[in-house]
Amino acid sequence: MRWLPNTDADRRAMLDRIGVPAINDLFSDVPSEVLDPVLDLPPAASEIEIGRVFEELSGRNRAAGDGPFFLGAGAYRHYIPASVDALIQRGEFLTSYTPYQPEISQGTLQTLFEFQTQVALLTGCEVANASMYDGSTACVEATLMAARVTRRNRIAVADGLHPHWHETLTTYFHFAGLELVQLSGAEPGQWLPASPDALPDDCAAVLVQYPDVFGAVGDLRPWAEAAHAAGALLIVAVPETVALGALRSPGEDGADIVVAEGQSLGVGLAFGGPYVGLFATRDKYVRNMPGRLAGETVDTEGERSFVLTLAAREQHIRRGRATSNICTNSGLCALAFSVHLALLGETGLARLARLNHEAAVRTAERIEAVKGVSVANETFFNEFVVALDRPAEDVAAAMQRERGVLAGVPASRLYPGRDDLANHLLIAATELTTDDDIERLGAAFEETLR
Amino acid sequence: MSGIQSGAPDRAEPLLFELGSPGRSGIDLPAPSGCATRLGSAERSTGIGLPDLDEATVVRHYTRLSRLNHGIDTAFYPLGSCTMKHNPRLHEKLARLPGFADVHPLQPASTVQGALTVIDELARWLRILTGLPAVAMWPAAGAHGELCGLMAIRAAHEAKGEARHRILVPDSAHGTNPATAAFCGFEVEKVQEGADGRVDTASLEAALGPDVAAIMLTNPNTCGVFESDIQAMAEATHAAGAYFYCDGANFNALVGKVRPGDLGVDAMHINLHKTFSTPHGGGGPGAGPTVLSAALAPFAPLPWVLHEDDGQLRLLEQATGPAGASFGRLRAFHGQMGTFVRALAYCLSYGREGIRQVAEDAVLNANYLRSALANTLSPAYPGPCMHECLFDDSFLDGTGVSTLDFAKALIEQGFHPPTVYFPLVVSGALLVEPTETESRTTLDSFIEAARDLVARAHGSEADGFANAPGNAPRRRADETRAARSPVLRWKPSAAEHR
Repeated sequence: MRWLPNTDADRRAMLDRIGVPAINDLFSDVPSEVLDPVLDLPPAASEIEIGRVFEELSGRNRAAGDGPFFLGAGAYRHYIPASVDALIQRGEFLTSYTPYQPEISQGTLQTLFEFQTQVALLTGCEVANASMYDGSTACVEATLMAARVTRRNRIAVADGLHPHWHETLTTYFHFAGLELVQLSGAEPGQWLPASPDALPDDCAAVLVQYPDVFGAVGDLRPWAEAAHAAGALLIVAVPETVALGALRSPGEDGADIVVAEGQSLGVGLAFGGPYVGLFATRDKYVRNMPGRLAGETVDTEGERSFVLTLAAREQHIRRGRATSNICTNSGLCALAFSVHLALLGETGLARLARLNHEAAVRTAERIEAVKGVSVANETFFNEFVVALDRPAEDVAAAMQRERGVLAGVPASRLYPGRDDLANHLLIAATELTTDDDIERLGAAFEETLR
Repeated sequence: MSGIQSGAPDRAEPLLFELGSPGRSGIDLPAPSGCATRLGSAERSTGIGLPDLDEATVVRHYTRLSRLNHGIDTAFYPLGSCTMKHNPRLHEKLARLPGFADVHPLQPASTVQGALTVIDELARWLRILTGLPAVAMWPAAGAHGELCGLMAIRAAHEAKGEARHRILVPDSAHGTNPATAAFCGFEVEKVQEGADGRVDTASLEAALGPDVAAIMLTNPNTCGVFESDIQAMAEATHAAGAYFYCDGANFNALVGKVRPGDLGVDAMHINLHKTFSTPHGGGGPGAGPTVLSAALAPFAPLPWVLHEDDGQLRLLEQATGPAGASFGRLRAFHGQMGTFVRALAYCLSYGREGIRQVAEDAVLNANYLRSALANTLSPAYPGPCMHECLFDDSFLDGTGVSTLDFAKALIEQGFHPPTVYFPLVVSGALLVEPTETESRTTLDSFIEAARDLVARAHGSEADGFANAPGNAPRRRADETRAARSPVLRWKPSAAEHR
């Protein structure tokens, strides 16, 4: 076996050196009746055979790039420059672990420090951590942090939070003893009211998604004012990081914690993971923050160096009193994010965001012309919701089956049982959406809704 | 901006923010049309502050930074409990096939049958290898899997109308265990180890009671030894109405040899980045599928992968039907798909015989190191060990050299140090995990280096340890300064602001 260097002769010599006759003498602490069970598994396969197996399995999926594709709802298809993948596959990045020994981990540590800086700049916050698992778990961690900071346990959630993020919060809150209070709010496609409802008493945080699940965008500032007036923090959850290239920065508009799904830059769709969660906040809360942090210092010769720091918050030091149980996070995805954003730069990100928005505007304009389709959004970034004249799930299925067009995510997939959303379809466009894709989408709607 | 990318390799590299120049570009995008926007009042009116860089500068930046890192690809990396084994490049290629890398989590099931098959087939391998009937595939890493297991345990108690508050955790446990238990709303109570590095069965049994929800043990434990009384402990736990959570971080010692289900385990996460060799990536992504016993399976998180009558797979995303008792969703989407592809390819490459050889060679390599170094370093416990061997710092008594100094001196010899000062149950711990993908030749060179260093520590050269490493990309860092006045991001200087 090519991954096992020791030969039978090596093994024999090593057992002799150890002084035992057989390998199972090293397993002598294991009750013999449970050792070496019969396993109903196949024999070894060669590299050539395995290549065939996975090519075949891959071929049984419809890749996003196989035809017109308009799915979003928390995961977005973007172009990843070739250099990103080449660089993250450098073995020194790929095959290292958590940088416990800074003398031989400066590559990882400096890239994390740069990542933290990029995330802080993008979100308009003062400080960011070295990544979380994904946006939804970063969002959970933000609410738990708000509860620690304010010593309160109610989280008020504005309308428009992605149902999967909402369900994730609900799961955690049950076990963590937090209470979720749902604020009433907006129609699909409409941004939140400019004056929020009265907030519940003893509220630790107000959570607003931006853009919301139906793609709408608007002013965060009244929400920041309302949260702060109630002694609560404002948490802003961003499902599509590229949007921050075109939208006002949540941190500058008053958010105390900004979390985001970073999948859009460098990472790809990957059927849902691994992704990378972004987490940023104000300096004054840094010791309440979850997750790893890289910090700048000097070595004994005075040279700039980076280390993991403020570990006293973390599980390996604080154990049962840690700010979070997170250990392994999403290092390589954070690197991919950082490389992609480095290539884009200030100018490139602004242009990429603009191209996304324009693709969505063109898509909306094309399908607004179709009878039976009405775009519900006044505002949006690269995703919006349409109301159809019949159930969206049937329409999307027919368009996929008969025209090869993945037209969007039916709202019923996210809100099963909500009859009022049965005809709604979420449609996203990105820089990868071509004019031909848009025309095929429009034509497919015309055919299907005839 | 003043950064310069030149000079000696393996020395300082400027920050991205010191290399930029406005107007440069690392990616060519078409010009926008300039149409009217529909962003309303949310449209950004200020800059972000990111640097503009060209592609060559970016490639050079990261290539230069990579050279400051130690990886499995560069040299021996015996970081105990982390399982730094060779990462096959075949898996990188397979995970990037468009049917896995370029599919959306909300595509219709009919368009993702291949991806669902990978998940289903890996789940089958994990169930067979662990002897447990169900597996929750979605946890993003080991600690997330612990949370999944404890949530299932709490849900199971709640379904019986029982409010049990305590979780028993030994001192030798990974820090994630008590942190996860607290995160999940439990009180953590310590249980003692005996002199042989194993949990003391009598004190565990004495601590059990009607308010204990679960015990959390690692097996093999973090002292590198197998908990030989584990079946008795599991029996006592079940008799007390509690569940047995096993931390599967060290499953690589048992894979193919022992099924945790046969030991009485109710829940165990499996770190795919350890046992199944998916890359650690400088700190993730991992994946922590969590196997569950029949008692806990009904509470598994959403979504569930179901087999339809027509042979198709689908995702059940709501707590209805067979998933009616599910404790809910653990994260937005299902997956670490890329990690699943790599782990399944690893399984298929080894097959049923090879995967047993993995555990045997891991244990053989660790015992070989232990045995060769038994009179040089100081083993914390009698042998044999499992996949890793634990030493305390008594071999350094009287030298003035600490475990940390010794670790830094190993860096000078070209090795990544073992895990140091963990587990907490022995003084100055050194936890050495060679893994099965290291050759006897590599182990011999490590043994020789360790012997040489011990001789130096006891000779006239002990002073040199305090300054080690002298030949690494950096000398020792001032960690106190980093923590006392944290600098956690780059900021533009006042001059550049003007």
